[in-house]
Parts: sequence; C-alpha cells; structure tokens
Amino acid sequence: MPLLTIDRLCKRFDGKTILPSVSLSVGHGETVVLIGPSGSGKTTLLRCINFLETPDEGTIRLGSQRIGVSESGRALPEAELARQRSRFGFVFQRFNLFAHLSALDNVAAGPQRVLGLSRSAARERALRALEQVHLAQHVGKRPAQLSGGQQQRVAIARALAMEPDVILFDEPTSALDPELVQEVLDVIRDLASSRMTMVVVTHEMGFARNAAHRVVFMDGGSIVEQGTPSEVFEHPREERTRRFLQHLRT
Amino acid sequence: MDWSIIVMAMPILAVGLLATLKVCLAAIAIGIVLGFALGFGALSRFRAVRIAVLAYVDFVRGTPLLVQIFLVYFALPVIGINFDEYWAGVIALSLNAGGFICEIVRASMQSIDRGQTEAAQSIGMRHRQIILHVLFPQAWRRILPPLTNELISLIKGSALLSAISVYELTHAGQEIIATYFSPFEIFLLIALYYYALISALAWLSRYLERRLPQF
Repeated sequence: MPLLTIDRLCKRFDGKTILPSVSLSVGHGETVVLIGPSGSGKTTLLRCINFLETPDEGTIRLGSQRIGVSESGRALPEAELARQRSRFGFVFQRFNLFAHLSALDNVAAGPQRVLGLSRSAARERALRALEQVHLAQHVGKRPAQLSGGQQQRVAIARALAMEPDVILFDEPTSALDPELVQEVLDVIRDLASSRMTMVVVTHEMGFARNAAHRVVFMDGGSIVEQGTPSEVFEHPREERTRRFLQHLRT
Repeated sequence: MDWSIIVMAMPILAVGLLATLKVCLAAIAIGIVLGFALGFGALSRFRAVRIAVLAYVDFVRGTPLLVQIFLVYFALPVIGINFDEYWAGVIALSLNAGGFICEIVRASMQSIDRGQTEAAQSIGMRHRQIILHVLFPQAWRRILPPLTNELISLIKGSALLSAISVYELTHAGQEIIATYFSPFEIFLLIALYYYALISALAWLSRYLERRLPQF
C-alpha cells in the first residue's frame, strides 16, 4: 500500500480550475520529483497535500488516514488538522524561517510546542537535525545572519526534527544564488538515499535525474507522464514532455 | 506676562501634572491590556468573536472621546454602574485607547509575512500557538511606534476629563484662571507641562525601539 495517496484532487481559485483532477501515489521511502512548466499546478498540488490550500474535491490519504477532512467529508477540528500537518514536513521556496528565533530554536520549536518535548529534549533533537544538514556550528545564528543555502538547510532540519512521514519540497533552490544551490540539493539527495519519503517540486533537472526514484511531468494542472528518470528524460512518450525537455536544453 | 502668577502657579500645576500622570498611567495600563486582548480577539478563528471586536472598535472610532467620557460618567450610573470622577475618567480613557490599540495590534500582526504563518502551520502549530509564538514576538517592533502615538493621544485626551471635574492638569489650571483671571500665563504653562510629559514618553518609546531586537 502506498504511503501517500492523492485521488482525483481538484483545486480552483476564484472559479479558475488549477488542478482539474490529479491522482498520484507515493510509496514508502520513495522520492518523487515533480517537474513541469510554471503555472502547471505543481506547487498548488504540493500545498494541497498538507492542506496549506484546501482542495475543492478529491481525497488525500496518509496511510489509511484521510487528510484534512473526516471520513464523512466534514472539515476536521483545528487541533486535529494541526496534528495531521505535523506528519508532513514542508520546505518552502523562500525558507520562511521564524525571523525572531535562532537556527536552533527554529528547529526546536516544533518538537517543543507541537510534540510536547521538554525544552532540553527538543533542543537535543534540533541539534541532531542541524548536524544532519551540516550546520552544527551555526546553531546560535538568526536567519538574517545565514546565507540562503544555510537558511534552507535550517528549514530542512526544521522539517526533519518533527520526524515526519513525508517531506514536501516546494522549489527549494529557486530562491538561491546559483553557487548555493548544490549544498541544498546534496542534503536532499542524502535524504533520498536514506529512504525518506519525499515529494520535490523543482526545476533542477540534474537533481531530478540522479536523485528521483520517479519523475512526474505536469502540464496544465494534469499529470502528463511519469516514470523513472531515464524513462522520462531519455524516452519521453508524450509530445508535451518532449517539448518541455527540449525547451530546457536550448 | 505676570511672572508672579507663574511662580505661584508652578507648584499647583505640578500637583495637577501628578494627578494627570496618575490618571494616564492607570488608563495606559488598562488600555494596553484591553487593546492587546481585543487585538488577539480580532485575529480569532471564531467569527462571532471577530465581529464583536469589530463592532466595539467601530463604536470607539466613530464617536468623540468627550461623548464617551460623558457616557461613562453620566449614562452608566443610570443603569446602576457608578464610578467616582477619577475612575470614570480612567475607564473612559482606557476603553477608548483599547479600541485603537486593538487595531494597532491586529494590523501589525497581520502585516507579518504570510510565510511565517504557513511555516508554523506546516510543523503542526495551532492557531493560538502561531499568534503567541510566531506572530506576536515579531510584531512588537511594528506595534511600538503607532502605540506611542496612541498613548500620546490618550494623554492629550485626559485634558477632557476636566469636563467631569476630574482633578488633573487642565482642571488645576482652570481653577487658577478662575481666581486670578490670567489665562495667557496659565494656559501657556499648562501647555509646557503637557509638552514635557509627552516628550518624556516619546523619548522612552524611541529608547525601547532601539533596544528591541532587529530581525
């Protein structure tokens, strides 16, 4: 059984349909990379998974549990939705670190406030997560004192410290200076090889090629084609995929 | 300019200034507590709470302070709620300031980047925790300058309390004027006293602003 199951998800904004009906499942330990042109609905799909956006139709399941609404389709109480969200990590394009907190406190906030760990246990766990993203020597710094690449790695540590079932990445390197992209991709690749379940929206095709277990190409709000990186990149079956990839090469 | 009147009035007005200070400090304390409580209420996830706060703020903003003072002092006793002049004054100023401070708190918190809220949601924080642990600590810097303006308005507004015979700076001055008929010297002196008080507050605010952490 897949860990994450998205079934006929539909999302509209002000009457405009962004996602007509998307279905996708992600297995345990799988890294799924979503690619596609801007405006193809990748980010919206990702944000619907943990209910940062509320889908209009369709279901999302983590294991057997329905996300965001009860089995009968009613909206969940706030506390329950928050608890479900804590099972997903989310890494934002613009990092969104808590500006008033040090790197360590950014990462410790979730374990302490949400999981109810003691302050010292939460900081202990935060430190381990920051070590995992190679930032142990920067724990005391505020976000403004860190480079973009370092901030994004703190954000990844913040997600990891919650020990989530799935981590969702929304263009994690798009806001970075070119020389800082690689350190972030390296961390995500390490996570992929340690079998963390992840859905990654990215424009980094090199990363998609060598870190993804499966590549999903989206266009116009729908999944056009999916497969292993070599299938999608070397032998795309669909014309739209071919055109997109060709466009990237030129 | 009659200097002997000024020399005579200075200590009397100093007592009045102390009385103004006593009214204002109490009103500032209550007004800030009320304003922050209302500000959090304005961000509540419960619609009924938001609407109630909105209605209150609307009333406070839409009616003159002097009328609000009269309402507390003359109208509330009709329904059995009695205060002496001092407390009627303190309460009227607090209720008024609370409405404006509510708007300052609400606007400052809502101006914090949406990404901060989304990040907090993504790790499973609840609405109340996001307000308390993420938005509020970052909103302080944005709250302080308009809050200072509001407290300055409150101090100036306290002069209106002379209309319900609260003993404060303006009232103390009017008594001297009534006896010696020297409005020029006395009002000038009153203005100076207010100016000194408000300058001290403005200085304190700038000091705090410098001390608050930068993000």
